[in-house]
Amino acid sequence: MSTHASIVSPRNRATVIGVGVLIAAILAGLLIGPVRIGTVNVFRWLFSFGQAPTGMSEQEALILAELRLPRVIVAGLVGASLATSGAAYQAVFRNPLADPYLLGAAAGAGLGATIAVGYGPAGAIDVTVPIAAFVGALVGVGLAYGLGRSNLGGRAGTSLVLAGVAVASFLTAVQTFLQQQRSETLRQVYTWILGRLGTTGWDDVWLALPSVALAVTTLWIVRRLLDVIEVGDVEAQSLGLNVTRLRLVVVLAASLATAAAVAVAGLIGFVGIIVPHTVRLLVGGSYRSVLPLSVLFGASFLIIVDVLARTVAAPAEIPIGVITALVGAPFFVAVLRRNRRAI
Amino acid sequence: MKVEARSDAALALEIRGLSVELGKRPIVSDVRLDVPSGGWLCIIGPNGAGKTTLVHAIAGLMPHTGSVRLWGRPMDELGRRERARALAVVPQLPAIPESFSVDQYVLLGRTPHLGLLAGEGARDLEAVATALERLDLVWAASRRLDSLSGGELRRAVLARAIAQEAPLLLLDEPTTGLDIAQQLRVLELVDELRRADGLTVVSTMHDLTLAGRFAHRFALLSGGRLVAEGPRSEVLLPHVIAEHYGARVGVIDDGALGWAVVPLSGSDA
Repeated sequence: MSTHASIVSPRNRATVIGVGVLIAAILAGLLIGPVRIGTVNVFRWLFSFGQAPTGMSEQEALILAELRLPRVIVAGLVGASLATSGAAYQAVFRNPLADPYLLGAAAGAGLGATIAVGYGPAGAIDVTVPIAAFVGALVGVGLAYGLGRSNLGGRAGTSLVLAGVAVASFLTAVQTFLQQQRSETLRQVYTWILGRLGTTGWDDVWLALPSVALAVTTLWIVRRLLDVIEVGDVEAQSLGLNVTRLRLVVVLAASLATAAAVAVAGLIGFVGIIVPHTVRLLVGGSYRSVLPLSVLFGASFLIIVDVLARTVAAPAEIPIGVITALVGAPFFVAVLRRNRRAI
Repeated sequence: MKVEARSDAALALEIRGLSVELGKRPIVSDVRLDVPSGGWLCIIGPNGAGKTTLVHAIAGLMPHTGSVRLWGRPMDELGRRERARALAVVPQLPAIPESFSVDQYVLLGRTPHLGLLAGEGARDLEAVATALERLDLVWAASRRLDSLSGGELRRAVLARAIAQEAPLLLLDEPTTGLDIAQQLRVLELVDELRRADGLTVVSTMHDLTLAGRFAHRFALLSGGRLVAEGPRSEVLLPHVIAEHYGARVGVIDDGALGWAVVPLSGSDA
């Protein structure tokens, strides 16, 4: 029956739009930059698989292969991670305002990474930063959830977000303090916190890809169960779901994705709110659709924001987190108003 | 082994010494109940008597002492999903994911039938289609839940429970917030499903007239204790209701109008 195809898989039209937008965003990311490389050349380069085609200089091919392409991929991975983990946190905390940034996950990852840069073994930063960021992200979410839950009183939503903001401020303060103590690494940490997409290379792709792939795949697999949690813990249990275990798996996966994003791109806020809520407006609230589409639209969104970040004030670059906050803060207020009754 | 509504096991539900405490305070104490397979038991009692707690304890959603058997099998032996395939719960105030479509919501009832990695198959979609059809919601399949009326929403929740295909249905106040026509409609539907599929129904209800017209047996809970159990003629009596509800009522059994419990004010005496 025709109605049934739509229950189990994302709405087809939205998926087509999502893929189309992603392709357009990737092309924009490759085409736009300080060095003009013609559209035709970029396409020819794409279809010659990295070899500089005739009529294109080695240097132009190098810009595409070593600067723009890894940057587009990392922006896409980070956007997909933040949007998907935002959607996942919103599902398991049943809170429309949950976001990696607001829950303290990003701040925790930032603190973890700062400790790794400032106090860890200097030679092993590539290994220690992602691990420390992951642990920090879990600590951040754990604190926010623990504090938010202990004084619920029927207003779980607000108290979770308030706890998250408090935890984020506290962890950021600790991070600032530690930075001051290790001023020789200050620059390194700072460029990293503001988002390092400007210096992104293939090593960042390889750093983020495994965690992002693992986390997003896990969340994609359990997307059907995220729908079950929507009816509340008790009802979900009556449907045979182990809610505690699912929540743990989802928080671990979402925090891993957040940590990977923070480890390569620094602190970028609101993506986890903007993207899933936009997707919900398009296809409704079922995570069967919201989750896969958040991956597509999250990747596209951050690639486009990154293009804006490097063109709006060219030749200077605006930190990408500044743009997401400029868009995201009003969006947050809009979501807050829409969900007033639920929160 | 599966829990099935077997005709050779006459009892669908066997409850022995069931007690629930919340922070040392007894909410339900030492309840003993039998529900025959295919029957309809209604748990009645004043507000705060522990009806909802008892329903949750029977469903295994709340820590309790004592034993619950489903068609002879102890509940403790059943896994989560096995349990959910044996009994479906319709809560008093279901959490409604507003932006879900009706069919997406009903599909949640298939959860206990699916493995972790399995997607829904044709069998599951068929169960959803059947449930929608039986609750007269086919027209609403792709409508959003927040566009439904109160009665339609109740039917959607019931459709989810039907799609679960459990032989025992636990309904906590299935008629709350509905107008009189919708109350009758929901209860008639439940009764039809019970007859057609041989379902066993356990419900809590406040409206004693409706309860008395649909259920076969009644368990009166007061202060967490089972104070009366039996058919209408033994439990729904003016003096019993007066004692435990603290309300003066009359019971009429009129040949033309049927059976009813009516509240009496002081001047009616």
